Amino acid sequence: MKSKRSLLALPYVVWMALFVIAPIIVVVIYAFTTAAFDPTMANFAGMGTYVSIFIRSFQLAIIATLICLLIGYPLAYVMAKEGPGFQRVATVLIMLPMWVNFLLRTYSWMAILENNGLLNQLFDAIGLFDLINSIFGTDIEYFRMIRTQGAVVLGMVYNYLPFMILPIYSVIVKLDRSLLEAAQDLGANSAGVFRKVIFPLSLPGILSGVTMVFVPSVSTFAISRLLGGGTHMMLGDLIELQFLGGAYNPHLGSAIALVMMIIVIICMWVMNRFGEGEEQAVVL
Amino acid sequence: MRKQRRVGSRLFMALVFLFLYAPILLMIIFSFNAGNSNVVWQGFSLHWYEELFQDRSIMQSVYTTLLVSILATVIATVAGTFAAVGFYSMRRRTRGALLAVNNIPMTNADIVTGVSLCLLFVAVFGFWNEFAANYQVTLNLFGSVYRITFPELSLGFGTMLIAHITFNIPYVILSVGPKLRQMDRHLVDAARDLGCTWMGAFFKVILPEIKPGIISGALIAFTMSVDDFVISYFTGGSSASTLAREIYSMARRRISPEINAVSTLLFVVVLALLVVNNIREARIAKAEARRQY
Repeated sequence: MKSKRSLLALPYVVWMALFVIAPIIVVVIYAFTTAAFDPTMANFAGMGTYVSIFIRSFQLAIIATLICLLIGYPLAYVMAKEGPGFQRVATVLIMLPMWVNFLLRTYSWMAILENNGLLNQLFDAIGLFDLINSIFGTDIEYFRMIRTQGAVVLGMVYNYLPFMILPIYSVIVKLDRSLLEAAQDLGANSAGVFRKVIFPLSLPGILSGVTMVFVPSVSTFAISRLLGGGTHMMLGDLIELQFLGGAYNPHLGSAIALVMMIIVIICMWVMNRFGEGEEQAVVL
Repeated sequence: MRKQRRVGSRLFMALVFLFLYAPILLMIIFSFNAGNSNVVWQGFSLHWYEELFQDRSIMQSVYTTLLVSILATVIATVAGTFAAVGFYSMRRRTRGALLAVNNIPMTNADIVTGVSLCLLFVAVFGFWNEFAANYQVTLNLFGSVYRITFPELSLGFGTMLIAHITFNIPYVILSVGPKLRQMDRHLVDAARDLGCTWMGAFFKVILPEIKPGIISGALIAFTMSVDDFVISYFTGGSSASTLAREIYSMARRRISPEINAVSTLLFVVVLALLVVNNIREARIAKAEARRQY
């Protein structure tokens, strides 16, 4: 009977072989071949040209992930301390922005950050520019915010923050209260309880949150296009260019995607080691 | 002291929510703008809503988005639930290996998933189209001759749907799995002993137990589908345009405020659904609390 029930998974196993495993094999084949499908390593040899793009992408993604963690962890922590009704509403409120497509939300930031955008209008209205100009003798009319790397990081933090908050929250909210009480009874102060009990136990949530923010951040192309103005090319832009853009070369694109994937896997592996994250990843 | 801390934490939450909702609020406000600016307010008007309903390409893209999301969610939920039940009746080691493969689309970058599926489809269609161009079947039935040609395949709605199903199923399995693990295994045995058929046990015992997991899995799947841009962009070809792709191609020139209007409408619908659902859940929770006394 048991084996009969496991047959229920058969269609999906076939599906995975066709649409999860096979595509990766195709990418690997493309990465190691020329346009005429002769084996070559040339796609990887030319990678040196793009080192600066790799470094920039990883830098910005790491910064964005850290900011998400610094905002997301405290938020998840204080949220878990509220009453159940409040928690339910707050969870919905965190998920709700995802129902507005992320491109549109990013586009909305363009209007806020532009040189004559809403934020600069606000600064102007409260007399910030006059103040700065009178102190430093400068002649500023606006802050340049859009088309900077800062704007790209902001876009990443904005779009992926919910992916940091929710996994951490779902771990903290399930923490066994008696463990905290035991730690207090044994003489730990509140900082000690946090450092020795709550934080270590919430590590699985942090690890899955970090993964869910870092991976889309490092590979984004829409955010850097819209908020970075295309001036700071990132890995995602580079890959997209090889497939649908002007520099059509799917073989090179596959090689870049493969290298990116491998670096990300190594990062995750090291991090999981570091966090001894034996537990399964928590999603949402 | 404690009260102060509480005020502090509430203030912090309010700031984060302001950050999350400021762009959405702006979008809603400027959908009622008379002018076509996203920055300068030129008076209230429903002009963009009128334009929206006459804009074929935007309405078509909304329809495509909803259709692909709903179909993908339904298919992924059914397939994912069966797959999860199958996985959890397997031996531990087999299950572990399959779950590892199941995790790939979730942990992989969207762009890698999109690009790899795109390459696969293009490669397979290349072979198929060559075959289709060279072969045709002629049938002679009851004196009339039928010539069957094979259709040319290209990227479009079908490939996009396959891609959406592929990245949705893992979320369903991941939210159904824990419910299956928590379930008392003897319940199924008991049902079978009492004369339930194998399928009957599935529908009468397992399904009600894992229902909350299925619902939350479906909800996550739908959210992911609606929010997706990257994977649709690579697998949809030029024929199937979702709302996100419409926005992306507009962003190179200028985004029409009609997009603000359509997003506002979608947002309001979702908000209404969630509020109704929340009230219902709160009522159920209250009723259960009362029953316990």
